[in-house]
Amino acid sequence: MSIDIETAARVAHLARIKVEEDELPALANAFNDILGFIEQLNEVDVEGVEPMVSVTPMRLKRRKDGVTDGGMADKVLSNAPDAREGFFAVPKVVE
Amino acid sequence: MTELTKLKIAEARDALRKGDVTSAELTEACLTAIEGAGALNAFVHKTPEIAREQAAAADARIKAGEAPALCGIPLGIKDLFCTKGVASQAASNILGGFKPEYESTVTSQLFDAGAVMLGKLNMDEFAMGSSNETSCYGNAVNPWRRGNDDAQLTPGGSSGGSASAVAADLCLGATGTDTGGSIRQPAAFTGITGIKPTYGRCSRWGIVAFASSLDQAGPMAKDVRDCAIMLQAMCGHDPKDSTSADLAVPDFESLLTGDIKGKTIGIPREYRMDGMPEEIDALWAEGRKMLEDAGAKIVDISLPHTKYALPAYYVIAPAEASSNLARYDGVRYGHRAKLSQGDGIVEMYEKTRAEGFGDEVKRRVMVGTYVLSAGFYDAYYNRARKVRTLIKKDFEDVFAQGVDAILTPATPSAAFGLGEMTEADPVAMYLNDVFTVTVNLAGLPGIAVPAGLSKQGLPLGLQLIGRPWEEGDLLNTAYALEQAAGFVAKPSKWW
Repeated sequence: MSIDIETAARVAHLARIKVEEDELPALANAFNDILGFIEQLNEVDVEGVEPMVSVTPMRLKRRKDGVTDGGMADKVLSNAPDAREGFFAVPKVVE
Repeated sequence: MTELTKLKIAEARDALRKGDVTSAELTEACLTAIEGAGALNAFVHKTPEIAREQAAAADARIKAGEAPALCGIPLGIKDLFCTKGVASQAASNILGGFKPEYESTVTSQLFDAGAVMLGKLNMDEFAMGSSNETSCYGNAVNPWRRGNDDAQLTPGGSSGGSASAVAADLCLGATGTDTGGSIRQPAAFTGITGIKPTYGRCSRWGIVAFASSLDQAGPMAKDVRDCAIMLQAMCGHDPKDSTSADLAVPDFESLLTGDIKGKTIGIPREYRMDGMPEEIDALWAEGRKMLEDAGAKIVDISLPHTKYALPAYYVIAPAEASSNLARYDGVRYGHRAKLSQGDGIVEMYEKTRAEGFGDEVKRRVMVGTYVLSAGFYDAYYNRARKVRTLIKKDFEDVFAQGVDAILTPATPSAAFGLGEMTEADPVAMYLNDVFTVTVNLAGLPGIAVPAGLSKQGLPLGLQLIGRPWEEGDLLNTAYALEQAAGFVAKPSKWW
């Protein structure tokens, strides 16, 4: 499976990372190196093997469904690049 | 005064309790050593004010008696740990300016035990790398050199700053994290000791996530005993991490008897790689002999899926990273790109992430995106998770045969030169983790112990892999190996 420039551009967009046109061939090459390495997995017989979900066999803890904290909007917003009137501010999303 | 920084944690603890030294003195000695070690680029955010305050509090607590072992001990903290009010950037520009409003569970446990934070330590960006060359702060440098050659060497990665700082006696111990070998490989490259505990031993809460099913925090220190002392304070159940194990934590230090008579140590034949340097093979054989002489029974074992660990890792880790790193969108914290007229939210995401992430991080996020994308999920991601099941089963099988621990080399070479791997393709760098990555995939504890010097005078490490939750037994086996190896070499100061 070889990654072409078009696929590299599509993946970059899916990952929401801007990649300049002239950088795409190098990116496609790097993908091919890595995917070529990963291809070895096709040698393994995985018939009937369950994909791992959790490396330690333990039941996830449960807790009461209740409010455990909150009321700290100022702290939540303190690191925001743009916060206004108690909200995160972003460019217009809906026309 | 500077000699104080050469103390081990256990020695410093005893001296503090006896009143021979104060934490304030220890802390000042470390701060002075750090000021003089700019060339190593290990500490990237220094916190002398916090350190002095914590040291004063620790001295008061020690005076009052009953202080925990780590009380007053100056440590370095990897930049991956969120520390309240202190820059926590995961060595990435995308987290430029980020100062958490909260403290990670591991660091808050260390501080509750009285530990002193000297500052934040360099690392590979988002812990993705094996040479500390992907950091936004520039390379951390290994205090070791090849004899009189002044070429700068890597301290390994991703916990390169932690390894460099401990090896150069800038701090008594440091926190690290390990997703594929990021504690054990740098420990081996710098002649120090580092343990990655069983997955679930240390809370991941407040540690910047890379690959959540593989990430574990652990200590990096000057010997096995110091690792035991630090690990004790770092681990334990945390309701804020749903994968944190609700298990009692034994007193690790008290288990260090050095007696391993009757223990069974496995030597996995698949770890004898083609093209492995002769000195690595020789060191491994010596380690085998040391454990045998200490009374352990040595058996040859097989871990048949070893070869597939790295390829499986390079599906699973990027897949989880692509998901974890989706949160860096320029909205809630860190960097946001300057936008042009007419740019909408998609341009904001794309430009922010292009500017904020380094090349290796971008590559892994995109590989992860690809292997999880429609049409490839089964072929790559699900297949890798099945192979992971088989890798774990390999270990379960040998443990069921009565093996207590497994001895392997820690790395396929000694520390290499900074910049030496730049021309190689990314996969060549990934091979650094060939002996360590299986342990993360299987969720097991693993420890790197310095065991000898290369022909060029660089430290070489051996790795011991233990049964799940048996860190105490593993540390004791490592202690026996440490005593037999008698590694005492230190880098000569050039910085």
